[in-house]
Amino acid sequence: MLTVIGLMVAGILLGYLLRERSWKGVPRLINAAILLLLFLLGITVGADESIMDNLGTIGKDALVITLAAVAGSVLCAWVVYKYFFYER
Amino acid sequence: MKGSLLIVAFFAAGVLLGRFAEVPAFFRAEEPTLYALYALMFLVGISIGSDRKALQAMRRQSWRIVLVPAGTWLGTLAGAGLVSLALPGRGLADCLAVGSGFGYYSLSAVFITQYKGAELGTIALVSNIMRELLALLGAPLLARCFGRLAPISAGGATTADTTLPVITKFCGKEFVVVSIVHGVMVDLSVPFLVTFFCSL
Repeated sequence: MLTVIGLMVAGILLGYLLRERSWKGVPRLINAAILLLLFLLGITVGADESIMDNLGTIGKDALVITLAAVAGSVLCAWVVYKYFFYER
Repeated sequence: MKGSLLIVAFFAAGVLLGRFAEVPAFFRAEEPTLYALYALMFLVGISIGSDRKALQAMRRQSWRIVLVPAGTWLGTLAGAGLVSLALPGRGLADCLAVGSGFGYYSLSAVFITQYKGAELGTIALVSNIMRELLALLGAPLLARCFGRLAPISAGGATTADTTLPVITKFCGKEFVVVSIVHGVMVDLSVPFLVTFFCSL
């Protein structure tokens, strides 16, 4: 994770130093990289037989826990946003 | 919406390919993903650095940034704990252990497999992949309905790397620092919380 953050800091510095330049193509490249990463994640999941064979039970329990965990954190985030971050 | 559908399509294509085709080991190795992630972060860096409004927003961060990971911890554990009542086969500690992966599926699955067995380990893997996917796919909707911290909180431990680009896109560049600080803090807490709940 240090490498990842280091690379981003390097990108920030480069973008900042060359901020007069046009960086119009960057958002499109970012989108392409996101799609590539999800495609690769899909391959990993699809090729993992222990995941694919027991999708029923494993998937149901995992989904229920995930939805509850995300719902809880989203509600907390909503409160934090409303009382501490919302401006205007 | 079009963006989300495209994301689902690419993921689904990957699953089908991984399932039914003989994919060269290269594509399943960690390196391609890692390098794609590196390229992504560098590009995200450029887009932040070349944006002047984002830099101004970074200078205005304050103590309140800590409230974001605090909300994620509290909300996730409350949600996962409560739902254990609805899952007869899973105890409170099991659900809390799975929930405290916060989307960091590789690490939490390894830990939980080691302490609680392969079944719960697999559940942790799937659940935390789902959390990352949910954060990636749901970011636009979450930001619109529950404010711009909601995609960050949903992203859990992943908001400093994999989900950061999506968060940048839908929450705005002024939330990039919040997202990174949140991701790093939640990420660091995963091994501690998972081992704690596994030992209960």
